[in-house]
Amino acid sequence: MSEFRIKINGRRRSVGDVSFDVINTCIMIGLIIVTFYPIWYVVCASFSAASAVTQNPGKLWWPVNFDAGAYEKAFQHPLILSGFRNILCILGLSLPLNLVMTLLCGYFMASKNVFFKKWIMMFLMFTMFFSGGLIPSYLNQKSLGLYNNIWALVIPGALSIYNAIICKTAIEAVPDSLIESAYMDGASDVTVLVKIVTPLIKPTLAVLTLYYGVGHWNGWFGASLYITDNDKLPIQNILRAILIANDTLLNQGAASMDVMNTYAETIKYAVIVISTVPILCIYPFLQKYFVKGVMIGAVKG
Amino acid sequence: MRGNMTGVKEKSLKKTLVKDFKMNKWKYLMILPVIIYIAIFAYKPMYGILIAFQNFRPAVGMAGSKWVGFEHFTRFFSDFNFFRILRNTFSISICSIIFGFPAPIILALLINEIKNTKFKRTVQTVSYMPYFVSMVVICGLVKTFCQSDGMITDIVVALGGERKNLLADKSWFYPIYIVSNIWQYIGWDSIIYLAALAGIDQEQYEAARVDGAGRLRQMWNITLPGLMPTIIILFILKMGGILNVGFEKILLLYSPTTYEVADVISTYVYRIGILEANFSYSTAIGLFNSIVNIIFLCATNLISKKLNETSLF
Repeated sequence: MSEFRIKINGRRRSVGDVSFDVINTCIMIGLIIVTFYPIWYVVCASFSAASAVTQNPGKLWWPVNFDAGAYEKAFQHPLILSGFRNILCILGLSLPLNLVMTLLCGYFMASKNVFFKKWIMMFLMFTMFFSGGLIPSYLNQKSLGLYNNIWALVIPGALSIYNAIICKTAIEAVPDSLIESAYMDGASDVTVLVKIVTPLIKPTLAVLTLYYGVGHWNGWFGASLYITDNDKLPIQNILRAILIANDTLLNQGAASMDVMNTYAETIKYAVIVISTVPILCIYPFLQKYFVKGVMIGAVKG
Repeated sequence: MRGNMTGVKEKSLKKTLVKDFKMNKWKYLMILPVIIYIAIFAYKPMYGILIAFQNFRPAVGMAGSKWVGFEHFTRFFSDFNFFRILRNTFSISICSIIFGFPAPIILALLINEIKNTKFKRTVQTVSYMPYFVSMVVICGLVKTFCQSDGMITDIVVALGGERKNLLADKSWFYPIYIVSNIWQYIGWDSIIYLAALAGIDQEQYEAARVDGAGRLRQMWNITLPGLMPTIIILFILKMGGILNVGFEKILLLYSPTTYEVADVISTYVYRIGILEANFSYSTAIGLFNSIVNIIFLCATNLISKKLNETSLF
């Protein structure tokens, strides 16, 4: 094939080369459409009339009979409101705890000349490969009183060793001379961590905050195990009830059943949009740091 | 003489320890909350595994419960569900590896060939998106798209299939599970391969071009071998989790009509343990799951060490 050449932008390229690019571009555009369409469908459905959505499940390219009433109704429903309030509380309590624990663990893991470091590291990393499993963890949490309250969703998820290793790698990249000179000036480890290390690894901390945040925000299983009161459930569990289980949960406490029924189909999508779009707007800004995070997981512990 | 030597050793060890604690006092204080946390939330449940060998009753606790040895394990091996959930777990897992494992590698290879930086970045950004959508929402969408008049069903009908609720059909459960998994993770999983691609020596491509190798040939002979160490490590990790199928997803997608093909070890543990409060029995099943996983992890690691000299540990 290489003897056939065509001229593009002043460069001579083989037909094989050009057709490769064309096919590759087509595949990539196809991928973009397949990936983006379901999300786009949700947005369209949330702004459409309920009847149009019920008639075209999964088949909307544009809002039909534009109607934003679902959003208004969603925000009037006590369970949806409490769902959002609960998840915001969980985030507000969890994220600072996550960051402090991760920094403490990462700082220790990155430290040098510590006698017991090897044993402590083994103690911590063993938990990445073996765990007690669902039932013993469940019984453990119940026995600690972490049941049917918000702490049940905050404290058990305080630290991910995996994220601590990401943090450790970032701290190791901080020049030793900076830390040494701080020690010379009489700084303690606390000062070094707070004043020197933390400001220098801000990008990594941002990504870790995103990982932790997305984990909490999208989590539902923990709440389904440990939360029994409906008004304590985070938003994903409310979504699960209305999307998956076709639960009548929303009928409880609804101001007017009729209005709720008219909008039942589109409220689902409005809630998905409100709960998903914020994350989808944040992650592209942190995208260039993702590589760092995932690289470490596959490298030898 | 010897006693004297150990005396010196003890003394120097004591000295080292005292010096270490003096120097690293703050570091130890900082790791203390982490150690306490891990002890309570990771090691205490590990100790709790012992209830697999008891007839555990929450009212009397572990101390008061009767020890029964391997009774729960023998019961599990003769349980009429044993064969079914083991078969389903392996089927789902092996199908996921066969179809799901190569997908991000192929995507990374293709993204690597995009020359326009802006387009490349757009493809990457969009492909990461599903990773950030919650499992509940994805399963909700799968349910909508696969209902009897949903979009996917329309496509299936157009291709000559029968119109029905695909999710309630046993033969459709695996394809739906695997395809939606690829959709969700292909972009995110490709990140690591793209990072590894950056480490490949560009001169090799120049040399190949001079020799007249086309793009596909370059991909096959240079890029893919360059990715091999990464591929092997990730494969070992995948094999180590062979029994850890997407538990949350199955829990959201399956229904009694598809239990026959969709019920796996972890969902069974959930139903027996949490919903039926049969704690000891389900802990035994969970322990069986963990042990099989560790065996697979070590075996794959060993094989790869022998064959490729690439290993995890």
